[in-house]
Amino acid sequence: MASTATPEAVERRIVEALASFGPDIDQVTREATFEELDIDSLDLVELAQIVEDEWGVELKGDDMKGLKTVGDAIDLVVARAN
Amino acid sequence: MSDDAPQRRGCALVTGAGRGIGAAVARALAADGWAVGVGYHAGADTAAEVVRSIEEAGGRAVALGGDIAAPDVLERHFATLEETYGPVLVLVNNAGVRVDGLSPQLKDEDWARVLDTNLTAAFRAMRRAVPPMLKARWGRIVNVASVVGIRANPGQANYAASKAGLVGMTKTVAAEVARRGVTVNAVAPGLIATDMTADLDGELLKAVPARRPGTPEEVAACVRFLASDAAGYVTGSVLTVDGGMTA
Repeated sequence: MASTATPEAVERRIVEALASFGPDIDQVTREATFEELDIDSLDLVELAQIVEDEWGVELKGDDMKGLKTVGDAIDLVVARAN
Repeated sequence: MSDDAPQRRGCALVTGAGRGIGAAVARALAADGWAVGVGYHAGADTAAEVVRSIEEAGGRAVALGGDIAAPDVLERHFATLEETYGPVLVLVNNAGVRVDGLSPQLKDEDWARVLDTNLTAAFRAMRRAVPPMLKARWGRIVNVASVVGIRANPGQANYAASKAGLVGMTKTVAAEVARRGVTVNAVAPGLIATDMTADLDGELLKAVPARRPGTPEEVAACVRFLASDAAGYVTGSVLTVDGGMTA
């Protein structure tokens, strides 16, 4: 069952997920770009799966293409979930 | 089997496992400790026999019926396996059909039937299987192609296209997911003694340096290796099992 997608909950889960792909959790700030964090397209596919499992938000390839920063991803998920 | 062996964390799905190569693959994976989903379309009795033989040998298996060219059938197979045994960590896309004829005589439906089952269903199964494998940081996909995807066999333009397509798809997906411990390989059987090849004439045998057809078990042994932990660095490869036919 999907949990409530408050901006805080989404940020916490996305930061945690991205950190699990390699970067230090302290580096995973809203302003950090995926490029800086060395987050690649496969990581984003996995992130999309986590987001779907967690909040039922389906992110397609086109949605992901526009994402540059951690904040972009958080904002997109919050907007889609509510 | 060690406590953290992948066999303890998930299961295997073999499509087209009611008989022939698929049945031998299902038995081989079960012997390696995998709980196996035995996919079949026609022939519930032979699929039940495969499950029974696995269980008698101390293994775990469940028969999963339906035409996998229908997307909802595949989804049902995955859901059943996930509920019963956990995520599908080994996927063997083996289900295949033949509708032969020289290309000017192949009808659209002959083309579609072969491509839908042999290639499109395999793609859908991979698409469905990959996310849980990525999450598990371990996965094995083996696509059963054919030497016909590599060398000509007049009368099988549709079959050849589907099998060559499987090879291209294997290599591409392998490169996409390699860094997550997920491997994708193909085996390309030559002339194997199964129901599917029973009607082929002896002429084909002359092209086989080994001068005999292969057995389903000989193909299964290769799949078993590619599905094993030991094959972790083998990905994007096509292993021919053809008695030297394409040598």
